[in-house]
Amino acid sequence: MERTATHAATKPAQLPQVQEPRNAGLPLDLDLVRALQANTSAIERRAATLPGRRSVKKEYQAAWLLRAITMIDLTTLAGDDTEGRVRRLCAKARQPVRADLLEALGMPGLTTGAVCVYHDMVATAVDALKGTGIPVAAVSTGFPAGLSPFHLRVAEIGESVAAGAKEIDIVISRRHVLTGNWQALYDEMRTFREACGEAHVKAILATGELGTLRNVARASWVCMMAGADFIKTSTGKEGVNATLPVSLVMMRAIRAYHEMTGYRVGYKPAGGISKAKDAVTYLTLVKDELGDRWLQSDLFRFGASSLLGDIERQLEHYVTGRYSAGYRHAVG
Amino acid sequence: MNVAEIFESMDYGPAPEDAAEALKWIESHDGKFGQFIGGAFTKPNKLFASKNPATTKLLAKVSQASKRDVDNAVAAARKAQKGWAKDAKARARVLYALARMVQKHSRLFAVLETLDNGKPIRESRDIDIPLVARHFYYHAGMAQLMDDELPGREPLGVCGQIIPWNFPLLMLAWKVAPALAMGNAVVLKPAEYTSLTALLFAELAHDAGLPPGVLNIVTGDGEVGGLIVSHKDVDKIAFTGSTEVGRVIRRETAGSGKALTLELGGKSPYIVFDDADMDSAIEGLVDAIWFNQGQVCCAGSRLLVQEGIAEDFGKRLKARMDKLRIGDPLDKCIDVGAVVDPVQLKTIKALVEGSGGEVYHAATELPKKGCFYPPTLISGLSTADPLMQEEIFGPVLVSTTFRTPGEAVELANNTRYGLAATVWTENVNLALDMAPKLAAGVVWVNATNLFDAAAGFGGVRESGFGREGGWEGLRAYTREKARPARSLAATAKATTAEPDTVDRTAKLYIGGKQARPDSGYSRAILDAKGRVLGHAPIANRKDLRNAVEAMNAAKGWSRTTGHLRAQILYFLGENLAARGDEFAARLNAMTGKRRGAAEVAAAVDAFFTWAAWADKFDGRAKGVPIRGVALAMNEPVGKIAAFCGGDAPLLNLATLIGAALAMGNRLTLIASEAAPLVATDLMQVLETSDIPAGVVNILTGDHAELAGQVAGHADLDAAWSFSEADLAAVIEREAAGNLKRTWIPAGEPSTQSFLDAATEVKTIWIPYGE
Repeated sequence: MERTATHAATKPAQLPQVQEPRNAGLPLDLDLVRALQANTSAIERRAATLPGRRSVKKEYQAAWLLRAITMIDLTTLAGDDTEGRVRRLCAKARQPVRADLLEALGMPGLTTGAVCVYHDMVATAVDALKGTGIPVAAVSTGFPAGLSPFHLRVAEIGESVAAGAKEIDIVISRRHVLTGNWQALYDEMRTFREACGEAHVKAILATGELGTLRNVARASWVCMMAGADFIKTSTGKEGVNATLPVSLVMMRAIRAYHEMTGYRVGYKPAGGISKAKDAVTYLTLVKDELGDRWLQSDLFRFGASSLLGDIERQLEHYVTGRYSAGYRHAVG
Repeated sequence: MNVAEIFESMDYGPAPEDAAEALKWIESHDGKFGQFIGGAFTKPNKLFASKNPATTKLLAKVSQASKRDVDNAVAAARKAQKGWAKDAKARARVLYALARMVQKHSRLFAVLETLDNGKPIRESRDIDIPLVARHFYYHAGMAQLMDDELPGREPLGVCGQIIPWNFPLLMLAWKVAPALAMGNAVVLKPAEYTSLTALLFAELAHDAGLPPGVLNIVTGDGEVGGLIVSHKDVDKIAFTGSTEVGRVIRRETAGSGKALTLELGGKSPYIVFDDADMDSAIEGLVDAIWFNQGQVCCAGSRLLVQEGIAEDFGKRLKARMDKLRIGDPLDKCIDVGAVVDPVQLKTIKALVEGSGGEVYHAATELPKKGCFYPPTLISGLSTADPLMQEEIFGPVLVSTTFRTPGEAVELANNTRYGLAATVWTENVNLALDMAPKLAAGVVWVNATNLFDAAAGFGGVRESGFGREGGWEGLRAYTREKARPARSLAATAKATTAEPDTVDRTAKLYIGGKQARPDSGYSRAILDAKGRVLGHAPIANRKDLRNAVEAMNAAKGWSRTTGHLRAQILYFLGENLAARGDEFAARLNAMTGKRRGAAEVAAAVDAFFTWAAWADKFDGRAKGVPIRGVALAMNEPVGKIAAFCGGDAPLLNLATLIGAALAMGNRLTLIASEAAPLVATDLMQVLETSDIPAGVVNILTGDHAELAGQVAGHADLDAAWSFSEADLAAVIEREAAGNLKRTWIPAGEPSTQSFLDAATEVKTIWIPYGE
């Protein structure tokens, strides 16, 4: 069943550019960066108690989960990706939940936020999503390690944009963070941003490789100062990917940056979020720390591949009152 | 709202916890409760209403205990205690069963607590009840270890415990678990607003195997508390509540021989330095002052922010406040529940309305009915403002700024209270420097309101005395077993001194100088045969005042190292030994006995013993369930006044000086009435032993007259008495003024008892991790 891009529910996902003025960045303020603090124990306590402080039930839970779907960057980033695999994923992005369930929920036409693939799959994805308004995001700059020659990393961005990617997920050079070379990180991010042109750029910090939450806070700020539209936790390939403590640190950075500049930078946790319950917890964190404005797909995304399957089962449970099974929902 | 509408609004919806099981339990008692005495409920009588503060609707009716009920409860406890005290390991099993019982019925307890008290279900479910279970587990272990680890201690007997309404079941656990573990029986009175979880606990505990009479619950208002406090057959009173009532109880029990611990109010500072993780410090405030609607004795209610970040901090704080959700405490998505009672709500409102500061109420919706008050910040208050000094006991934070760490300490300690303090800084040097300087029983570094059964909790100053939790908490529920008195051998040959040929004028010793008494009067001191040995000055209140001033000037002593204090005490012993013959002769002359030489030897030995202890009374690192450490630091009590006595006056002096000084205290001694000249003779030894001026002061005079002055002096931290005169009543009564620690031991205390009396345990929580 072909859905058009006209349903209200899907608008934010498809028109990220018109929602907000793009983050123009700031000159690098090293004093500010070096003064940043992140107290790990306190942050962990906040993160650990959050699920106990917020509870979203019944029709609210269903609505929140539907909202979560519109924020998913449905992702495949595997060495064995093929055209067929990517087309199947795109079909899932267009129809993320069984049509009968969406009808029952009063939310037909719902799609995911984007589809996220490697450069070689961009053209396929763009083609498969033609007419839906669902943007294609490409991971870039020598993803996931970011250690290929710099000029090639920059060139890769250009190629993906030319192939039709509307969003570019770049990886930062972790070594710049680990050695405190903030100027190098800033310059790199600036260059990537310029290479993106009109496409939006998500800066992947690879937080699992940054060693400390303080580094996460500092890297977040440097990337925002250098013009990142989104900051994103992980490639999904690190040992530790998105966590609530890391998310708290990055969201607080986004909030303070907005307070200072008026620019709203988006946030994307990626990797390791596979349960509907976890998605709701993330959304409560966004709501409480950043505010409702960030609960739209132009400012928040989940980088996830298996999350959708769990959400589908929860939605069927809400509609039918019976627990669902995975095979009752189409694989992506 | 339908799904599509919620999809747009992304609001939180209702997420109510089911109250059915808790209401069913109330119904199973026909909604009416009697007293729980001797393992069974009495018939309900003289009922009063227990309401749900969130709805103001009736929850149950509870009985006001009569004098007869209290008598019966104490008698039941007395009867049960003997058997209960017999087998510590058997007690351990029962306490273990109680811990399991709490866990098995955890949701029932949590829901009932929230219904009765108004606190959010999140708190009762995730904090209160798990801590209750933890407390019983921990103390099951203490019962198991008692015989091996506390061989010199025994239970007190029957403990009367009076607890507040802010953490009804948790306070029960804090009181009941250690009392039962140590072999006491208990009569407990919950607050009249919140009796229900205590009654449920008693009922289930009985089912879980707690013998009848070991735990009795009597319900009712303050009058019932008064009956327990004044009951002749109660051995100990433990009270948690307001400083005002604590003072009344201190006066009421004065001289009765009842042991007493008080956990009272606070106005705890919450200090944020400019290098702190500001957002985390703000989140900490949510857990400090908006936890349990701010109805927390240790709530970080006094915000002190370094001036340079104050504006930014205030802005962020207000934004955070606006995100707090206030409403139905049974809702699982609520941050702030209901204030416990309309009376409390009225008090909070009146205090805030009377404030001169800038008042900010969180921009959040309030339920239309029920006892709700919005999270509130009052800034721009001066230190003199009553709201900076008085406990509000509601969700109201007051704030001011400071410039330097030194000023932060000064402002933090500018209070009559001393329960808890919080410090936020990323600088480990600053944090660890601040913690010992803050006048508080508990200090949290980069965290707040962390509690655990292993970590002592309790205050200094007018926040009360005694600790709950940890090994130190067991002192409150045990006493030292009676010990045989030390005997001093008489020497074969009497060494009597010839009378002095030159007149020696005994003076007072204040601030390192010998001083004439303000009164200008002296008293003749006779020897055993009735001959005049000399004259001792009669000190009065002004001499006492001067001695306290001298102790204040000597405050550096409390910061000296144990190593230095040890050297000085050894030197004291050395110098006394050098003049041993002279002191022995003096003692023999005064007493007419021939034990002088033995007593001098014992006194020298005492100085050496306390010199040895000066650098060895180590604190502990507690095994608390966080990534971090809770340090139990033994800090000096401060300024102590001690009445001397004993039939070995020199030994008593040496022991008091040794114990007090070794632990870093400053001391004013009021010499034994019978043998003051031993003390005045000792002045010359003190003068030659490198003791800084004011660390030890010696007065002579009438004990009965000075006792009231000493106990009533607001700038003394402790009053001890070893006097032959019975000073207990006057000291304990007058000590209620500033709630100073009193210690009037019966018999000869052990070294451990001296160490305990000379120190306060400060618990410093330091979570870590990068």
